[in-house]
Amino acid sequence: MVITCANAAFGYEGNTAVDGLNFEVKSGDYLCIVGENGSGKSTLIKGLLRLKKPQSGSVRAGDGLSPAEIGYLPQQTAAQKDFPASAFEVVLSGRMGARGILPFYSRRDRAAADENLRLLGIESLRNRCYRELSGGQQQRVLLARALVATKKLLLLDEPTAGLDPNATADFYELVAKLNRGGLTVIIVSHDVASAVKYASHILHLRKTQLFFGTTADYLTSDTGKLFVGGERDA
Amino acid sequence: MLSTLFEMFSYTFLVRAVVVGLIVSLCAALLGVSLVLKRYSMIGDGLSHVGFGTLALATAMNAAPLTVSIPIVVAAAFLLLRISENSKIKGDAAIALISTSSLAIGVVVISLTTGMNTDVCNYMFGSILAMSKGDVNLSIALAAVVLVLFLLFYNKIFAVTFDENFAKATGVKTELYNMIIAFLTAITIVLGMRMMGALLISSLVIFPALTSMRVCKKFRSVTVCSAFVSVICFFIGVVISYIYATPTGASVVIVNIIAFLLFWAANLTIGRIKK
Repeated sequence: MVITCANAAFGYEGNTAVDGLNFEVKSGDYLCIVGENGSGKSTLIKGLLRLKKPQSGSVRAGDGLSPAEIGYLPQQTAAQKDFPASAFEVVLSGRMGARGILPFYSRRDRAAADENLRLLGIESLRNRCYRELSGGQQQRVLLARALVATKKLLLLDEPTAGLDPNATADFYELVAKLNRGGLTVIIVSHDVASAVKYASHILHLRKTQLFFGTTADYLTSDTGKLFVGGERDA
Repeated sequence: MLSTLFEMFSYTFLVRAVVVGLIVSLCAALLGVSLVLKRYSMIGDGLSHVGFGTLALATAMNAAPLTVSIPIVVAAAFLLLRISENSKIKGDAAIALISTSSLAIGVVVISLTTGMNTDVCNYMFGSILAMSKGDVNLSIALAAVVLVLFLLFYNKIFAVTFDENFAKATGVKTELYNMIIAFLTAITIVLGMRMMGALLISSLVIFPALTSMRVCKKFRSVTVCSAFVSVICFFIGVVISYIYATPTGASVVIVNIIAFLLFWAANLTIGRIKK
């Protein structure tokens, strides 16, 4: 068990954003967290990253997973889009959490950064400027940075927002490939169609937990029928 | 040209001013890269106004300017940082609020004690005569602290500047590093303020970073380039101000403007050639 949520609730300053969370993520799972805007997805992510304590219930990490071992791909901020940094510098910064108090990167850190650039097929971008890359390339660089930080659990927050359909499909394929290689993946998305296509498990939120289970069960459940059907109509 | 330089450096007060100025330019440029990219440029401006208020207070209390200014401005830096992170009053409004308040308090304090005279003008626009021997020693010591901390935390500062959420999630103590950046900025601002002037000091923070970002593509090259740009611009500015008897702070800023335009043009030309 990588993560177990037991009756957990998260919120801000006394207001509960999402509650009734009961789910578990096993090693090698591909969990997709779906829900509309304001359904508590981002709050739950903060909780999973231990940036926020549960108001009630508990979140337990198994297999000796520490926060430094979660590979996180946050939503891009406006400041990043015109940031002068090479792809290599960005990827290397993924090792920062593991460095602790030590000020400089070691040769092993640099090797790990190069290795992950190769793994994602972007070694040709190594010395390119981050702000001059396309959206899809930027996401790959950030994914490489997340992988440099960990090989256990990958947490992606709306990774395909702002990507064109081709880049989106490429990105999902890439994540699916990593997942087949044994990496546990948790992805937050409002793109239900892709979620159903790739994920092994679905967690559906609307201020509370509407559904948790395998993708096959989700498609036959009332929540799933309504949501997936509704998406297709829209 | 050379004889002008020799003549210039035969004045002890000018040597002091140039030494302190070069150190401050270097520190400001290094920190500026991070501040500009974090969208914190206005914090430098806000802090210099707070610095103006504290200088006025120090004069009124007959205390040494730096010993009063540094703790208050450092406190203000932490406050501004906290406010821009989480607050009902948004960051830019909070900075405007604090900087105008301290400006007003400073002006009132001055007019009550010494009256509005050339002192006020010097605080606002800087004076090359402001540096005493003690100031030089203190500046060198503090600048050494800024440089050592910056080098030690360079990689952390990059991580926190590029993506605070990611850094936080992977266990980097982002609040600590934000505080270090704010602390170093506050010290740099106070050191440079009396020479450059409260209204102009933030240009030392902002211009070199923006100038080098026109041309450089990597964080490291941006940092190194802005350090050089800043130091060179300061030196040219001081020499110009000596030759033409113009105010030092303003002259340095004008040289910075020219450097910015040159780099900008260079970038456009490089882009054209590539196409």
